[in-house]
Formats: sequence, structure tokens, C-alpha cells
Amino acid sequence: MVSGPALVSILRQGSYLIASIHTALDDSEMIRFQGDLIEQIGRHRSRGVIIDVAALDVLDSFGSRTLSNIAEMARLRGATIVLVGIQPDVAFAMVLLGMGTGSIETALDLEEGLAYLDRTVGKPTSATTR
Amino acid sequence: MDDNDLLATHATDAYTHHGDPGVDELLPQLVAHLREHRTKLRQEWASRIHEAHLLDAMTPQEMAAETTSVYDNYVEVLETGSVEALQHYARDLSERIIPRGVETHEVVGIVLLLRDVLARSLFEKYQQEFPLLNRVLDAYEPAANRIANTVAVSFVDERERVIRQQQDAIRELSTPVLPVRERLLVLPIIGVLDTERARQLTEQLLAGIRTHRAKVVVMDITGAPDIDESVANHLVRTVDASRLMGASVIITGLSPEIARTLVTIGVDLSKMNTFGDLQGGLEEAERLLGYTVTRRDGAAG
Repeated sequence: MVSGPALVSILRQGSYLIASIHTALDDSEMIRFQGDLIEQIGRHRSRGVIIDVAALDVLDSFGSRTLSNIAEMARLRGATIVLVGIQPDVAFAMVLLGMGTGSIETALDLEEGLAYLDRTVGKPTSATTR
Repeated sequence: MDDNDLLATHATDAYTHHGDPGVDELLPQLVAHLREHRTKLRQEWASRIHEAHLLDAMTPQEMAAETTSVYDNYVEVLETGSVEALQHYARDLSERIIPRGVETHEVVGIVLLLRDVLARSLFEKYQQEFPLLNRVLDAYEPAANRIANTVAVSFVDERERVIRQQQDAIRELSTPVLPVRERLLVLPIIGVLDTERARQLTEQLLAGIRTHRAKVVVMDITGAPDIDESVANHLVRTVDASRLMGASVIITGLSPEIARTLVTIGVDLSKMNTFGDLQGGLEEAERLLGYTVTRRDGAAG
């Protein structure tokens, strides 16, 4: 289960983590992704996390709930999280699953997500370079 | 199509049933008679159409041209027994006359008139020999019924196609998603919002957010008279779904009735951003996007 092609890539970009989900994940893969991401937030001392779900055209209730859980856990670990690239169908499905008004922050795409983090977290590099 | 086949089997039944080899030769004979008296019969038919006030929308020249082609097609079907060419012609004719407001009863009426005119002429020709007349009518009537059926079905088919096309056009026009500034969309909703239209609105709005990279959407429902509970819930979900896609929705022009509906059904309105009118909504949208609109001194207005 651990090996195989990467279904999720977690990349470090400055003090941000960018996680892209490439394909629909089953429950155990979702849990594994949750563990990996939360662990890496601590390891890299990340201030912001972007989860890109642009490649997903379906998201089940477990997936939705896990994403909210990840957001809450990330917050407790000191990172701001933003979910980007939600497709129209997925967005409506998530609302029907009762996730529309959840605490998770969303943005249109990766670019918007980065802009959001820059606004809320503040450019951390400017603080360290001086 | 099935009806045609049914009539076709009836027609063959009629031939075989009598078991008289003469019947097979009757139809060619009949066709020859109709060809011979083409001008006279066509004119009689045209004058009967005129008397019945059918196809008043057409000019006499058009009438002459169309009646001639219908007549020739009609006789051809009697001769060959194949309705394919007629179907094609009837569809083509319908396409030309439907935009001019020709009704179904007129089209059926003229075909039935032609059927009568031709039957009468056959009657006159064969009235001396009664058994022969019976056999002639046995051969003629199923074929004539089939023709009337084909023309009527083609006409109605064509009309339904036109109606469907118009419905699609109306549906597309009914929920326009209009970009008014960079990253700002406006959705004016005019007319009754039913479940189907609400579903379509959601689809177009969410797709519009993606294609225009919208950050703010102003949905103006001044033109919607009232909405029921399921549509209201659907709207609230659409607002939530838009938020998931990173756009905030401002709703403007809520009528007292709709406001009451929303409160009565108890949807969570705390996160709904609403303004009294479209102007207020646009001003708020501009504020959210960081636009400032100022008027130049001395400008007219």
C-alpha cells in the first residue's frame, strides 16, 4: 500500500507546503495523506498549506470530512490552510454533504491560494532576511 | 414511423385479401388517370383550399408552386409506394412554412382536401362499374391515408424540432452570466425561478466563476416574483458552493415575499451578503475588489 505511484505530491515552497491530489483517493489513502501532511507541517515549520484538488472530479463524504479535519489539525499545528481548485460539481457536492460552511478557507486556484496566504500569513522571508 | 409501417401492412393486406390480380394493375391505371388530369385536378384542389381559407399566409404564386409539387409527390407515392421522398419534401416544406405561422390543421386540411378531390375524380371515372370502383378505392385509400399520415407526422416533427430549438435558446438566454469588471460577475435573474432553472443557474454560475476567475458575484433577483422552499435552499447552496470556489456572492433585490420565504424556512442567512438593490450590491463588490469609482468635476450628469 505504501509503494506505488504517488497519488499526492507534497512540495515545500519557502515556508509553505503545496499538496496536490492527483486522483481520487480511497479512505486509507486519504488517512495516509492526512498523516504525511500533518507530519511535514511540523518538520518544515510551515506557516501556510495549500491543498490543490483541481484534478478531482468527485469527492465523497469521507474525503470532505478528512479535508476539514486536516484543516483543523493544521491550524492546531500553527499553519494556515487553504483549499484551492475545487471544481464546480465538487463544490456543489460538498455543499450537499454539509461542508459548504465549514471552517476551511478556499480559493479559486493555486495562484489565488498563494496570494491569500501572503496576505494572511505575511511574507515570512522579509522577516528573516533582515 | 411505426404508424406508417402499420398502414403499409394494411395496404398490402388490402391487395392480397382480394386475391384479384387485377388490383395490382389498378394502381398504375389510377396513377395514369391522375397524371392525365393533372392540371384540372390541381386547379380544383387549389380552389377548394382557397374556399376553405387554408394557407392564407401564402401568395397565389407560392400556392401554385407548392400545390403542384405536393400533387406530383402525392401521385409519385401512389405509384412507387415509397414515402421516403415525400417525407423529405414534407419536412422541407414545413421548414419553409412554419415561420409564417401555418398551423397543423391547415397542413392536414389541405392533404385531406387533395385526398377528397382525387377520390371524387376516381368516383366519377368508375361510377358505371361498381365492383371495379370498390377495388379502385381499396387500392387508393390505404395509400392515401399513408400519405396524409406521413405529411402530418413530418409537419409535427418539424414543429417540435423548432420548438425544442427555441426552448434551448430561451434557456440559455434566461440566466446570463455577465462580466462587468475584471473578476466581477453580475447575474440578473428575470422571471420565475423553478427547480430546473435554479439547477441550471448554479451550473452556469459555477462554470462562470471558473472561466472568468471571478472573486465577487452579484446576483440580482429583483425580477424574480417569488421562490419556493426548494429553490431557496438551492440558492443558499449555490452561494456556499461559490464560496468554496473562492468567490463571494452578493444577493441584491430580495423582494419582501422572498425575504419572508427565506426567514420562514429557517435557512442560515448569517453568511448571506445581501443588499437592497443592484446599485448597492455593485458598490459593495467594487469595495471588496478595491475599486474606487469617482466622478470627474464638471462632467455632465
